[in-house]
Amino acid sequence: MSTVFIALQTNEETRPIIDAIVIDNPLAVVLREPAMVKINAQGRLVIRRETIEEQMGRDYDLQELQINLISLSGYVDETEDTLTLYWNE
Amino acid sequence: MDMKVTKKKLGLKEKYKLLTRDLGWETTYQKKDDVFPYVGYEGIKIHDWDKWEDPFRLTMDSYWKYQAEKERKFYAIIDAHAQNNGHLNITDARYLSALKIFLQAISPGEYAAHKGFARVGREFPGVGTQVACQMQAIDEIRHAQTQIHAMSNYNKYYNGFHAFADSRDRIWYTSVARSFFDDAMSAGPFEFMIAIGFSFEYVLTNLLFVPFMSGAAYNGDMATVTFGFSAQSDEARHMTLGLECIKFMLEQDPANLPIVQGWIDKWFWRGFRVLGLVSTMMDYMLPKRVMSWREAWEIYGQENGGALFKDLARYGIRAPKGWNDAEAGIDHMSHQFMLGLYQWSFGTAFHSWIPSDDDMDWLSAKYPTTFDKYYRPRWNHIKKLAAAGTPFKNFGLAKLCQTCQLPVVFTEPDDPTMACHRETVYKGEKYHFCSDGCQDIFANEPEKYVQAWLPMPALFQDPFNGDIGAWMNWVSLKDGVDNGDFVGSQDQMNFEKWRGMATSNK
Repeated sequence: MSTVFIALQTNEETRPIIDAIVIDNPLAVVLREPAMVKINAQGRLVIRRETIEEQMGRDYDLQELQINLISLSGYVDETEDTLTLYWNE
Repeated sequence: MDMKVTKKKLGLKEKYKLLTRDLGWETTYQKKDDVFPYVGYEGIKIHDWDKWEDPFRLTMDSYWKYQAEKERKFYAIIDAHAQNNGHLNITDARYLSALKIFLQAISPGEYAAHKGFARVGREFPGVGTQVACQMQAIDEIRHAQTQIHAMSNYNKYYNGFHAFADSRDRIWYTSVARSFFDDAMSAGPFEFMIAIGFSFEYVLTNLLFVPFMSGAAYNGDMATVTFGFSAQSDEARHMTLGLECIKFMLEQDPANLPIVQGWIDKWFWRGFRVLGLVSTMMDYMLPKRVMSWREAWEIYGQENGGALFKDLARYGIRAPKGWNDAEAGIDHMSHQFMLGLYQWSFGTAFHSWIPSDDDMDWLSAKYPTTFDKYYRPRWNHIKKLAAAGTPFKNFGLAKLCQTCQLPVVFTEPDDPTMACHRETVYKGEKYHFCSDGCQDIFANEPEKYVQAWLPMPALFQDPFNGDIGAWMNWVSLKDGVDNGDFVGSQDQMNFEKWRGMATSNK
């Protein structure tokens, strides 16, 4: 199974987002590098709006991810509620 | 940021449909083929443009909202950088060489990508594709502008930043990136998408922006991290667009496969050659290094590129033809290229230097099979010559590769002691190449590449006729100021003096 990843800037806004990603993807590996956080997962990574809202304490639009996104890999499937990265294989 | 999220009236998919797909129309008083005349000649067959999927479903209204937020963040930091002597917070002034190369070679590429996407957005008939290309065209001009703006703060204090536009057009190492983008811009719309959207964005920009920008953060350069990550936040969308385009072509018609594979082979190799510059920036020019070029390649080339090609195998796509030659070159390229930059440093608008013993120990640990065997002895020899007051300068010129425009400085994939050089005779003229990859690219499109403008022949043509001083004036390079060894340069002395003033009351 190939790795998918998302890389986010290290800042106050992404802290609860990263926490939410880890809650929803317990097997994901979080790598903290200078100024960025890279999260790797095997085959599939799901980011959920509701979990981010719980961690952040406010409403959140998943498209706000665009602001702090550095890079990603895999195919993207985006709805109002989830952003999924995956390989088909 | 505390952005107010308003209650949605429309779902994401519905909004995307209304604000993107509904903007298209069928032509009535002109034939569709006349309105989109360039979409057929490359041989790509498209049966249904509505099958185009934009995974991010970003509509123009949201696009402006988020881009404006990125700009506000960017300028807040650029102001802070200028107000707080940010230029003195970098590790040391050697770091500036990496920035100068970025400004001279990469930022003009962003502008070229802007022009390219503005053009192909007009040439594609599908409305989803048109809107995505329009967004990317605006992104790319934003990248060029924010990069130039951020680095203008360094231009107030240091040499080599002042004439990037002339450098881009005239100096030899920048023409590697320039010819890459010129090649893409003069291709058809589908090939352009493979060149920039797929090879450059998906396979290669991670190597350019992610570890290098993280390295800028490590070296205290707030301004560059900011433009880097601000640009990279758009790249995630660009990569997705490139990947979508390739999937779309492969799903529309099986006859597209060999054409697409040919482009992947070509543009992977062209992009890999541009990355030669980046490898020297990562291994040699960052005083404080995050990871080696080899380590970055393992993560973003091997692992990430490998995953992608494994996934595309179901369409019949295989890894690019030059993949194994690339892998064979990884442990050598930064060293061979940096040795080239050092020996021709009289002709570069940035400084290079002999790595310190500490730096060489780091390189040896990162490249255990190659550095001590092949490259440390050469650096030590060069160091001895410099100590004796006879620094090694190579006033001869290497042949330039007709395809990638790099001097022929690399070795055979299977023998690091043998220079790699290929020749082709076409219509009675002899052409030189740095590799099998570049020779193959020429062989497929000789009429395109015989027209390539190569930078170094300009030195021998009228009006310079070999006069290096006149050539330097022409490329806006001040001898003894912008070029040469870092040790003893104005940049080195000024940085040390100003940093001393900033940390004491003398």
